[in-house]
Amino acid sequence: MRFMVIVKASKDSEAGVMPSQELLIAMGKFNEEMVKAGIMLAGDGLQSSAKGARIKFEGDKRTVVDGPFAETKELVAGFWMIQVKSLAEAIEWMKRCPNPHNDGGELEIRQVFELSDFEPGEGIRIHEKVGEEMKKQK
Amino acid sequence: MATDPHRAIVAVFNIERPKLIASLTRITRDVGVSEELAQDAFATALEEWPKSGVPSNPAAWLMLTAKRKALDAHRRKQLAAKKYDELGRELREEENTPPDLDAALDDDIGDDMLRLIFTACHPVLSPEARVALTLRLLGGLTTDEIARAFIVPEPTVAQRIVRAKKTLTEKEVVYEVPHGEELSERLVTVFEVIYLIFNEGYAATSGENWMRPQLCEEALRLGRVLAELAPYEPEIHGLVALIELQMSRFAARVDTNGEAILLLDQNRTHWDRLLIRRGLQAIARAHDACAKLSRLPGTYLLQAELAACHARANRPEDTDWAKIVGIYGALSALSPSPIIELNRAVAIGMLMGPQAGLEIVDALAKEHTLKNYYLLPAVRGDLLAKLNRKNEARKEFERAAEMTQNEKERAVMRKRAREAG
Repeated sequence: MRFMVIVKASKDSEAGVMPSQELLIAMGKFNEEMVKAGIMLAGDGLQSSAKGARIKFEGDKRTVVDGPFAETKELVAGFWMIQVKSLAEAIEWMKRCPNPHNDGGELEIRQVFELSDFEPGEGIRIHEKVGEEMKKQK
Repeated sequence: MATDPHRAIVAVFNIERPKLIASLTRITRDVGVSEELAQDAFATALEEWPKSGVPSNPAAWLMLTAKRKALDAHRRKQLAAKKYDELGRELREEENTPPDLDAALDDDIGDDMLRLIFTACHPVLSPEARVALTLRLLGGLTTDEIARAFIVPEPTVAQRIVRAKKTLTEKEVVYEVPHGEELSERLVTVFEVIYLIFNEGYAATSGENWMRPQLCEEALRLGRVLAELAPYEPEIHGLVALIELQMSRFAARVDTNGEAILLLDQNRTHWDRLLIRRGLQAIARAHDACAKLSRLPGTYLLQAELAACHARANRPEDTDWAKIVGIYGALSALSPSPIIELNRAVAIGMLMGPQAGLEIVDALAKEHTLKNYYLLPAVRGDLLAKLNRKNEARKEFERAAEMTQNEKERAVMRKRAREAG
């Protein structure tokens, strides 16, 4: 099973404060452990929301809103993609993660959908059609 | 549900089990005994953790408990004094340095894991035994899961594993990482085991469906683990790249009826971009390792390069056929084979037109090595059809249909014969 582990933002991460040397080293060790176990597929840290943007949809209308965004605790500051056998294993791995923020961190673990999770239906057919269209394009 | 303590203990144990067995075997010199000791430590955790809470470093706790049990077992059996001393010293050292137990445990773990991999894939064992033992010791699959994956009765797998352990003891297989020339040879055996596990999951036409991706994922994980343990070896990165890239097509390779879809007909939007990226990175690592050793790319890397040519093409018509022709040439130079030559003919047909491909196939047809190989007339038929030589094409497809033993392949060949007109 593939999981995305989301690192929630903090006041510091939103203020663009770089992590301490100790944290960087601890994080590096943790990443290395996951790589050695063959479970880490990808992972990156995200810059503060001040450098980002949002697109809001209302019917056909799209409105672009520039960052920063207020609700710090709901923002994302980084992520991992891991491949493990169960949610319990993902939890046990992530309990070993160093606290990502000085002012209290939070990780959220979410299972990734795989194509086989979808029942054959309209959505899948459209998805397949896109592929066929791409094939026709010269 | 996920916070259930029992589940948490099982999860910790699944993560730590291969490391426990690897470290314990350095002391016990017997993978079977180590496996039991690890299981014992797990049983103790199941008893104690619900009462005392999960320890802050569960991995170190399990290792220490298992080593204590190893010591007890040695005491009971009154084994050689030297080994006993060694173990006693290790335990005392660990007990005296409580704060950074995990670092102390980590130090040797890489070597121990390598030793365990080489032991499970030892040439004294049959290929089936290597696969079963590797999946059991390093993959943590149960005998039941292995049996389901390979559609053999569970007792057969259980016996295979028991016998394998016995063989290792009887032949006095040393728990070590081979050196020098032997290292390369033994690595090849390990690669074969990993690729066999992968292929069983990927290409199997039988076995329970849900077990197949698990085999592929386990092979890929083992490959990644080995790539970290032996990063100097180019072919391990080649093997990982090959599996990552083939795995990236897992969802696209069969239709809703479970029929195989040819590479060029696959829906490329279903290819897994993350795995493609990882595969391409592994290829780069393989080339770096080759450069350091002044070595030419091996067969796994070359096959990975072939897969990469397809992975890089967003549309079939973007495929770099010239590069593919070159890679088949390099593969041929490494291990000449008429089957590689036939594949090269297909690639040349794509690059320079069907006539050029046909000339190579015709030359191959004169050799007798492929006279029972149904893909020879199949490829010839395809090239003839493209040249609009309908009658000849039909005859070749009919010939291919007669030659294959596989019902599905026969149906495809008959269909192509009808379409040839």
